[in-house]
Amino acid sequence: MQVAMTVNGDEVTADIEPRLLLVHFIRENLRLTGTHWGCDTSNCGSCVVWMDAEPVKSCTVLAVMASGHAIRTVEDLEVDGVLDPVQQGFINEHGLQCGFCTPGMMLTARALLDRTPDPDEAQIREAISGQLCRCTGYENIVRSIRWAAEHPTAEAAPA
Amino acid sequence: MGFGRMLRKEDVRFVRGKGTFVDDVHVPGMLHGAILRSPHAHARIRSIDISAAEAHPRVKAVITGAFLETMNLAWMPTLSQDVQAVLATDKVRFQGQEVAFVVAEDRYSARDALELIDVDYEPLAPVIDARQALAPGAPVIRDDLAGKADNHIFDWEAGDEAATSQVFATADVVVSQDMLYPRVHPASIETCGTIASLDPVTGKLTVWSTSQAPHAHRVLYAIVTGLPEQKIQIISPDIGGGFGGKVGIYPGYVLAVVGSIITGKPVKWVEDRSENLMSTAFARDYHMHGEIAATRDGKILGLRVDVLADHGAFNGTAQPTKFPAGFFHIFTGSYDLQAAHCKVTGVYTNKAPGGVAYACSFRVTEAVYLVERMVDILAAELGVDPAELRMKNLLRPEQFPYTSPTGWEYDSGNYPRALDLAMEIAGYADLRREQAEKRERGELMGIGISFFTEGVGAGPRKHMDILGLGMADGCDLRVHPTGKAVLRISCQSQGQGHETTFAQIVAQETGIPPEDVEVVHGDTDATPFGLGTYGSRSTPVSGAAAAVASRRVRDKARIIAAASLECSADDLEWEQGRWYVKGDHENGRTIQEIAFLSHSDLDLPEGVEGHLDASTVYSPPNLTYPFGAYVCVVDVDPGTGQVKVRRFIAVDDCGPRINPMIVEGQVHGGLADGVGMALMQVMAFDEVGNHLGGSFMDYLLPTSMECPSWETGQTVTPSPHHPLGVKGVGESATVGSPPAIVNAVMDALAPYGVRHADMPLTPAQVWLAMQGRPARTDLAFT
Repeated sequence: MQVAMTVNGDEVTADIEPRLLLVHFIRENLRLTGTHWGCDTSNCGSCVVWMDAEPVKSCTVLAVMASGHAIRTVEDLEVDGVLDPVQQGFINEHGLQCGFCTPGMMLTARALLDRTPDPDEAQIREAISGQLCRCTGYENIVRSIRWAAEHPTAEAAPA
Repeated sequence: MGFGRMLRKEDVRFVRGKGTFVDDVHVPGMLHGAILRSPHAHARIRSIDISAAEAHPRVKAVITGAFLETMNLAWMPTLSQDVQAVLATDKVRFQGQEVAFVVAEDRYSARDALELIDVDYEPLAPVIDARQALAPGAPVIRDDLAGKADNHIFDWEAGDEAATSQVFATADVVVSQDMLYPRVHPASIETCGTIASLDPVTGKLTVWSTSQAPHAHRVLYAIVTGLPEQKIQIISPDIGGGFGGKVGIYPGYVLAVVGSIITGKPVKWVEDRSENLMSTAFARDYHMHGEIAATRDGKILGLRVDVLADHGAFNGTAQPTKFPAGFFHIFTGSYDLQAAHCKVTGVYTNKAPGGVAYACSFRVTEAVYLVERMVDILAAELGVDPAELRMKNLLRPEQFPYTSPTGWEYDSGNYPRALDLAMEIAGYADLRREQAEKRERGELMGIGISFFTEGVGAGPRKHMDILGLGMADGCDLRVHPTGKAVLRISCQSQGQGHETTFAQIVAQETGIPPEDVEVVHGDTDATPFGLGTYGSRSTPVSGAAAAVASRRVRDKARIIAAASLECSADDLEWEQGRWYVKGDHENGRTIQEIAFLSHSDLDLPEGVEGHLDASTVYSPPNLTYPFGAYVCVVDVDPGTGQVKVRRFIAVDDCGPRINPMIVEGQVHGGLADGVGMALMQVMAFDEVGNHLGGSFMDYLLPTSMECPSWETGQTVTPSPHHPLGVKGVGESATVGSPPAIVNAVMDALAPYGVRHADMPLTPAQVWLAMQGRPARTDLAFT
């Protein structure tokens, strides 16, 4: 099947099998490996990307369903090499250890902050409740997102 | 400069989505492998028809056990002196066992071809209930082993049986309790995988692998393939969590190697989540019978344990050779006892192999759970506050170094101070008052304590080896002419931040800024030999090696500085990063200047070679013994049985903290593990051996909603034998938290007369416990 979509602002066309998952299309056809694949039941969230500015689990989206839509992956968070406050927050507050769940967490965080610029802890925890992390115990992920909320412009705070 | 809070050097690539995990690696010409797995827990294989799979237009090879037998590769050695089937030949012995391997042009075609393979099975009666594994007439699982007529693996014991019996015979109070530490799984978010590429021209085998122990893996591949080590390169790039699940060599890795040999192309095999949960290293599965003996006024005298260890169908536990039950005999915990004894019996069952994984510190999780539950049950029996009972029995600082009744030499500890601090942070007295008020209203609130001592950092090479490889670690430090440095370490990070903390060690000892120290790990071609990262051993062993190498560089730098300053080395003093002449502070050489001088034409003393580098192999003289005091507060809904963890206070002592931010992060992660194991996670089986925890829909991992905001504290008791005094901390919280939570829930249910219920304390299990009939959680239950 022919598909045409934008990925991180770029036009992408391809001829793919209908059953190809969006996560595999992103990782293997487009070689954007920042999006990860961690389970087969849509529980872990390491595959989260944006589809039309909404976080979705790309393991549960067929690539053909994304045709005509705008996909955003973790690689698009930075702008001309300058990190998004969410990315800087994860560095500054030790919000990642192995880094595998991190892209999905950051994209969900970015979507949350775009809608709720000053979320409290309960709102943050609920926003990331559909995604699993085995390393951090979630504490520093919450702190990282709070940091980004408190430093909304993309000027890095002193490291 | 050295120790302290420092942001991680490795973070930038991860937040930019530029990490290199095994599945991110793309090798030109790469093919994809998929494994056909057994639906039966126990069955004879009558025939396998692969013809339709081979005929698939995108399939390059289909491998069965019969083919592997021709290469003498159908079986491979495990890390516990057993053998494991790479592909089943005669029988399948657990649901999910590997039966055939397809190599195809793409991942999806490989999966399609699995469905074209026709296997004719003859189901056999399985052994699922470990407690029936040694019953007369039980089906024999390992009939592949010559003369094997039962499911027994080993018997092991530690301690003094006679002295313990004596203590128990004369004690005022003896309390006993059966308890299960259920089968659980580390479930790192990245599953296991490999890319194997045997270059047909050079004969070199390159293996990208999710491995916590690349050098140990290389030795095993050398033994299995017959290739010499220099023709094998293991690359562990970024690893998405290990937790012990990535220590062993899985059949899938070997199959990828075979696939590459047969096709002459690189072959990638990455498992999906179900495969990961059903077939890779599970953890725990210890059926324990504990007994504790005490005086009437609460002095604990002795501890006795019988353990039935379910090892699955192959004995694949990863632990030091002389310790088939790992370090379980540290079960005397943090208390001053007169005598103790334990017996462990290992058995085969028709389940996946494993047992030692998931941050268990080689069975310390099981040992701590046992003793901390027994102490709480004793407290309930005596009508004594569990904190008070612990305080009365904890080892005192003046007793260190302490030799335990089972032979461990604890290096250092100040236990009462840690417990006091945890109780202070928790506001323990206020919590008990609140609980009393709530109990009057029929509300269920519980407070649970856990005090643990771990033994980590394996280990002294004369006592500890894995497959004969002593557990010492090599380390190389080289300083370049411009004063930048490269540290090559043998241990392997899966998120612990070694690229930062090890640079901090070099900075602390040499004054070279951590930004200027590149830490190389994970590639056997580029690093010295060592046994890898698990059992919280990186800082105790490789960290010590890094300190020793750094000190040797600093000492050599002194000689070179003296040569340059034309004075005696004894005339020099050190301030971080610089040797200077005593009494003439301005007259000195920085480490960067010395680095260049060492490469220059500077005249050096007799016997001193140029350049600025050092190597070492560090064999620790002992384990290190981190410890901690944890307090958990829960609220239980009496109608639904749901447990809410309201607060969790964790005071850890791992000696000095190289990077407090990273240490705290390690603790947070382990505490979440506790919530999962105590309340949510289990791999149960039904009576025919169906694995009931094969996806994240059934095997529930804690999310941000189940975890409270962790409250942490620290005390610092350095290790006297470690060059930096540090002790290791990666597994402490996973070890200490489950008993704190279970103790809290049991405390909450005290009004119902509940003495014990096994993990996981799901709402259903809590409700059943309140009715007086808690369930067995290793078998199917709802």
